Amino acid sequence: MAAAAIDVPTFRTLEEAAGAEFVGELVDTFLEEAPAMIGGLQAAMAGGDAEAFRRIAHSLKSNANTFGAQALGLLARELELAGLDRVLAQEADPLANLMAEYGRVAEALAALRHA
Amino acid sequence: MHDVRSAPARLLVADDNKVNRLLLTRSLELQGHTVASAMNGREALEMLRTGNYDLLLLDMEMPEMDGFQVLEALAGDHKLRGLPVIVTSSLEGIESVVRCIELGAEDYLPKPVNPVLLKARLGASLEKKRLRDQQQELVRRFATSEVAQDLQQSGFTLGGRRVEGTVMFSDIRGFTKLAETQPPEATIEMLNTYYTLMFDAITGHGGVVNQMVGDGLMAIFGAPLPLPDHPARAVEAAREMIDLMALFNEQQAAESKPVIEIGIGIASGTMVAGYTGTNQRATYTCVGDTVNLAARLESHTKVAQRSILIDSATRAVLGDRIAVEPLGAVAIKGKEAPVEIFAVAAGKAPR
Repeated sequence: MAAAAIDVPTFRTLEEAAGAEFVGELVDTFLEEAPAMIGGLQAAMAGGDAEAFRRIAHSLKSNANTFGAQALGLLARELELAGLDRVLAQEADPLANLMAEYGRVAEALAALRHA
Repeated sequence: MHDVRSAPARLLVADDNKVNRLLLTRSLELQGHTVASAMNGREALEMLRTGNYDLLLLDMEMPEMDGFQVLEALAGDHKLRGLPVIVTSSLEGIESVVRCIELGAEDYLPKPVNPVLLKARLGASLEKKRLRDQQQELVRRFATSEVAQDLQQSGFTLGGRRVEGTVMFSDIRGFTKLAETQPPEATIEMLNTYYTLMFDAITGHGGVVNQMVGDGLMAIFGAPLPLPDHPARAVEAAREMIDLMALFNEQQAAESKPVIEIGIGIASGTMVAGYTGTNQRATYTCVGDTVNLAARLESHTKVAQRSILIDSATRAVLGDRIAVEPLGAVAIKGKEAPVEIFAVAAGKAPR
């Protein structure tokens, strides 16, 4: 079985620190923002904007880590550190893994949010 | 006891990422602080320049103006230079963190920000700022506003620069005897009144009192801030000092208290001005031949039996504005050749 998309203790600690209700709203915000961030990565790839690519990957990494989405955080970090040139040199779709992982994270977060 | 570390502060959060911004704002609000937020560096700078904040929490990766640029802009802004900045970011590599600290950031907190760590670092930074503010207030109180302003603008460095100015020394004659004939409380009270009057006359003419030793004081006209016509202003201040002492003495005599006679020496020219001392304890002062001459002239007032003595450089600037009495060339300790000196008549100086 694959590792959980969300590290539940990290998520619960966040809830304890900031309040469960607030974290629920924060999850909503993330689920609204993340697709636009992934869209931003695609646009940066298409437009060759290395700076924007690195910055958005950095943001996504930071948000993923906040919620305990460790695998997503690692994938975003790989993109941030690789840089646009090396990402574009890859044969496979560089964002495929990230998008798949984001799908799992979104589902897990939505479930946790209502738990 | 009231704990300053938990005292509410006005904070600004700068982060382009909405989730980060909301979460950080929330954490800080839960700690009782008032929090505003900015979406990029440019917006943060505008808010800092127009608003009033105790501390900035700064993300580094931002569009339009990133955190490094914000730190650089703050360092170049003399009003915002003292604002503590805590960098909150998930920067990759120690070099970036080092660069933040080198650019003046107070501290660095990796994201996701741990709330307990946040509270501790924030408390420490705010406490440091409180101490710095207190220090600045002390500097203001003890160093005169000119020196405080100079310190704030150019920072504290030991080292001098050459300035054109006028130096004044003033001293109470026969102070030792005075101090022996009355109770210590009366001496201190008398000194305080004397200093109040002298300060008033000196600062009223643009001078800066930079040293008080017992019954003597040293004042500078023309440093740390330039002052036009400084020799004449110093002489006007001296005349007013003599007038004020005359009034003070009338009052003392009426109360059968001892009177005070003062002697004033004034010299103009080039001097080296700066902070002298150690990094722990330093004072703004001027040194050089001009300063020595002013001190010698002050002690010569007893010999010459005049209240105010000036050198020829000061005399030259006065022109006909103030009547002077040439006393000829006098041998002055530390000077190879005799020095031309002049007495300025005390008497009602125009205010």
